[in-house]
Amino acid sequence: MMRGPDRMRSVGLGLLGFGIVGAIWEGYKAFGTAVGGKVMGWKLPGRTDDASMPHLSTVLSSFTKQEVRGTDRTVLEAVLSGSWFTFRLAIAGFVVGVTIGLLLAVVMQRFRLVERAWLPYVVLSQTVPLVALAPLIVGWGGQLELFGHPWQTWMSVATMSAYLAFFPVSIGALRGLHSPKAHSLELMDSYAASWWQTLTKLRFPASLPYIIPALKLAAASSIVGAIVAEISSGTSGGVGRLILDYFQKATGDPARVFTAFIGASALGLIVAGLIALVEMFVMRNRPKETLA
Amino acid sequence: MTNLANTGTPESPAVEIRGLQKVFNPGKPNQIDALVDIDLTVSTGQFVSLIGPSGCGKSTLLRLIANLTEPTAGQITVNGKASKQARLDQDYGMAFQQSGLFEWRKVVRNIELPLELRGWNKARRRVRALEMLDLVKLSDFANHYPWELSGGMQQRVAIARALAVDPPLLLMDEPFGALDEMTREHMQAELTRICEATGKTVVFVTHSIPEAVYLSNRVVVMSPRPGRITKIVDVDLGSRLEDTRESTEFFKKITEVREALRDIGSGGPAALVTLGVDDR
Repeated sequence: MMRGPDRMRSVGLGLLGFGIVGAIWEGYKAFGTAVGGKVMGWKLPGRTDDASMPHLSTVLSSFTKQEVRGTDRTVLEAVLSGSWFTFRLAIAGFVVGVTIGLLLAVVMQRFRLVERAWLPYVVLSQTVPLVALAPLIVGWGGQLELFGHPWQTWMSVATMSAYLAFFPVSIGALRGLHSPKAHSLELMDSYAASWWQTLTKLRFPASLPYIIPALKLAAASSIVGAIVAEISSGTSGGVGRLILDYFQKATGDPARVFTAFIGASALGLIVAGLIALVEMFVMRNRPKETLA
Repeated sequence: MTNLANTGTPESPAVEIRGLQKVFNPGKPNQIDALVDIDLTVSTGQFVSLIGPSGCGKSTLLRLIANLTEPTAGQITVNGKASKQARLDQDYGMAFQQSGLFEWRKVVRNIELPLELRGWNKARRRVRALEMLDLVKLSDFANHYPWELSGGMQQRVAIARALAVDPPLLLMDEPFGALDEMTREHMQAELTRICEATGKTVVFVTHSIPEAVYLSNRVVVMSPRPGRITKIVDVDLGSRLEDTRESTEFFKKITEVREALRDIGSGGPAALVTLGVDDR
């Protein structure tokens, strides 16, 4: 647990981080324009005109604009509701992905043969681009029924989110389940402990320092997965669709695209924060060295 | 060992080993004859040390008694049962060089672990765990985490955990090997006291000659490659007191064990050192 002054400091550092990113943005914009996109003969990677890099103040102020002229809904409300939609899909994907990842790890740890047979495919699964999978999953989903309910498009999105999220968990948990030392395992053997007892009382608690960082990766992946899946499956209502919409209207209001970006990054920060809370709780009684 | 109560069936010895053989990687180029022709009887209430150079198979022998590995040939009975049955019945408690405490469990819950696996209810196992902590004089540390304790204290918790199910037999694999000399002597005295209080049979692996002599009724000297028993030295130091470590009998027995080990090395003390036996 952090003490008061430490917490103040980390909050301060966090704000400082935002400040620095903002300063770099505005600095690059100011500098890039001044020298016409070149520094000492090197072409700068991005254009800095207002269409490509709007001022931060412009981005912030476009949050308050109406999304569609003549209606009450502001851009902020649109981004919030889109983010909330995507957040729920990502959480569904995260939960499914983590569950599958843990189950895979347990089975792979239990049966060495399964580990050797499956692990390459687990790794291989992540080399298939999500964009290529999206139409397939949507197509397959359309033919499915789940306990009498027809398959919904949002389920396809959650599936793709889970597809990205399961990977770090299965790899991290597998490593963690293998982590107990030989003498700890012999101790459990000497108690004639069953496989399940060894799993729940030794292997699983020992694997938490490996699982927590994997959960952080999985959380970020589930957000990315949900956004990409929304876009590539044509699902509406989420922040992914918003990014696409605002891009199409970028000529009229270039700053608006960035409001959707901010919404998407805020989601990433929120899930990272949630995992950090989980970590603080489950790792509260561990020696401090293992707290990564 | 005065108190022989509560130590299994009196007619069968605590451990009986006949014609034991253990071969690692049999039939392969890296085949190792870890143990050959091992016959050993440990009577109930005895403290027996296994000593020998690195690679003499003393830890393997202990793990065979514990049924953590299967013998290639021969028979092991523990309290008159096959060693596997003895393990399933939790007839022994085990302590290793690393205390092997679970860092996510408080000290008291570490001691409760074997009781939990036996299905004891919470209240009952808490009472027993606190009794065991009292026995190893760590009652004040029940709610600490293992990593908050010194190495010697952790090892005492491990001993308390091994004693928790009240097994008639304790199997200890260099439990004090990682401790400094002063802590180690203190722990030896503590172990002697605990054994006298509980009347346990102990099989104790060590590579320290004074440790083996101080603790044991019998010191089993083993030789490497292939591992076999070369000599058994009987020790009778009576009650261990402050000056036991300075008594003539103590030094006489140390010399006897040392010479038995030297015969294996077929050389002077230098050979002993290269064989990895601790002369302290």
